[in-house]
Amino acid sequence: MSSESLAAPDKSGGLLDVLRRRDLLRLIVRKELKVRYRSSVLGLLWSYVRPGVQFLVFYFALGVFLGLNKQPNFVIYMFSGIILVNFFSEAFGQATRSVVANGALVKKIYLPRELFPVASVWVAIVHFLPQFLILLAACFFFGWTPGFGQLMGAVGAFVMVTMLSLGLGLLFAAANVLFRDSENIVDLMLMMATWLSPVLYAWYLVRDTLGETFYFFYQLNPMTIAVELFHAAFWSPTAAVRNAPEGARLPDNLLSLWLPVGLVISLLILMLGQSVFRRLEGRFAQEL
Amino acid sequence: MGSEAIVVENVSKRFNLRHTRSLKETVVWLFKGRRGELSSTFMALDGVNVSVDRGESVALLGFNGSGKSTLLKLISGVMSTDTGSVRTRGKVAGLIEVGAGFHPDLTGRENVYLNGVILGMTEQETAERFDEIVEFSEIGKFIDTEVKFYSSGMFLRLAFSVAVHTRPDVFLIDEILSVGDEPFQKKCLARIQELRDSGCTLVVVSHDLDMVSRVCSRGVVLRQGKKVADGPIEEAVRLLRES
Repeated sequence: MSSESLAAPDKSGGLLDVLRRRDLLRLIVRKELKVRYRSSVLGLLWSYVRPGVQFLVFYFALGVFLGLNKQPNFVIYMFSGIILVNFFSEAFGQATRSVVANGALVKKIYLPRELFPVASVWVAIVHFLPQFLILLAACFFFGWTPGFGQLMGAVGAFVMVTMLSLGLGLLFAAANVLFRDSENIVDLMLMMATWLSPVLYAWYLVRDTLGETFYFFYQLNPMTIAVELFHAAFWSPTAAVRNAPEGARLPDNLLSLWLPVGLVISLLILMLGQSVFRRLEGRFAQEL
Repeated sequence: MGSEAIVVENVSKRFNLRHTRSLKETVVWLFKGRRGELSSTFMALDGVNVSVDRGESVALLGFNGSGKSTLLKLISGVMSTDTGSVRTRGKVAGLIEVGAGFHPDLTGRENVYLNGVILGMTEQETAERFDEIVEFSEIGKFIDTEVKFYSSGMFLRLAFSVAVHTRPDVFLIDEILSVGDEPFQKKCLARIQELRDSGCTLVVVSHDLDMVSRVCSRGVVLRQGKKVADGPIEEAVRLLRES
């Protein structure tokens, strides 16, 4: 202890500090999971019930009534997109609220404040994994034979959505301390998220209807790229899709061009979120 | 290699009191030319210099609104300074408020672990000191009950107990010795004196002048954000009693 030198108490290493305090991160994640479903009978099952019901609604409304079921394995197509969007919504939405929700701590004790958004994203991953297992089970049921590139694409999509939701989460969590409006802005964004990516419809409808220019910008959305990568990994290698006369129609250059583009955009958003967060965090304690 | 534990140099802190918290109001006020009313400022600290040596026990004294708690928050790192600098050496643990990190829906045991780690221990260290913490708090068999069912005294005892077992190098205390019944208060005081005697640096904010004169050797008096006295605790207390 005597070898330590004088240092500013609020010197922050940003996200690196979070890595240094993994113990605390783990405990906060455990707390969040426990607290969310306190005194509820179904507990963690609720995180299946919600996407399950959502899935059934979409399946009947779009698949049965609007006839999208005619596409081969539309169930897999829809489910692989839905779980990714759910992951994004949960991570981004909770991260936005995390700093204000932990205001009592932020005001009283010095901690790397990035811990709270990171913990929210981690909790979202915990909720994502079981849904992902259901997707895998369904894939095997439908004769799934993925290639290596496709699997790597899915990993890339997951990394992309994680970085994107953490970056946006940091940005809006910091803004939320100053203006509680950001919660509502985020809710609006999440409402659109399902429709701004080809979760319930096919990507080429966007291109054919609105033209190449619009499609280019549509395609720059990392969520769009991630959802398409999931389609490539989980939907297109199932038996019925492979044997369908028109095959799986996926965007050109998905792995060679759009995967790296999506990763770079997400990384830039993460860096932007982190820098805004660091600029504003000095004011958190007095604004909360 | 200096011997200071805390160096506060020429620190000022200004608070912006914002009068609106929604984007809509801000925009409307900007258009209506009420920009000046969006916020007003208030100097909480104004050019304060304090240097605390290792092992010293210092009381920050002053009336309400004199900036004591703000200074403590700056030292803990919760807030950052506008001008000037604050530097500390070693592990700083703050009892800015007892039980800030406690969650009512977790059991006493879970809260001890969560808060031990929040206050800077590792999970391993918390586990090692767990029995000691529980014994000190006198919570006994209620340790596996959710904290929301605790009486306020039990809650504060457990929170205090976690905090005093973190063994920091610098220990910041804000008005906490109003914890629990008298026997427990005595025990807390004894524990804090024990920490002091073991070489821990103490910074105490309190209005309880009798307690402060027993724990601290030096007093810093603040008035409206400025340091007005710094010396032996008896003098500081006398100054405060006179005014």
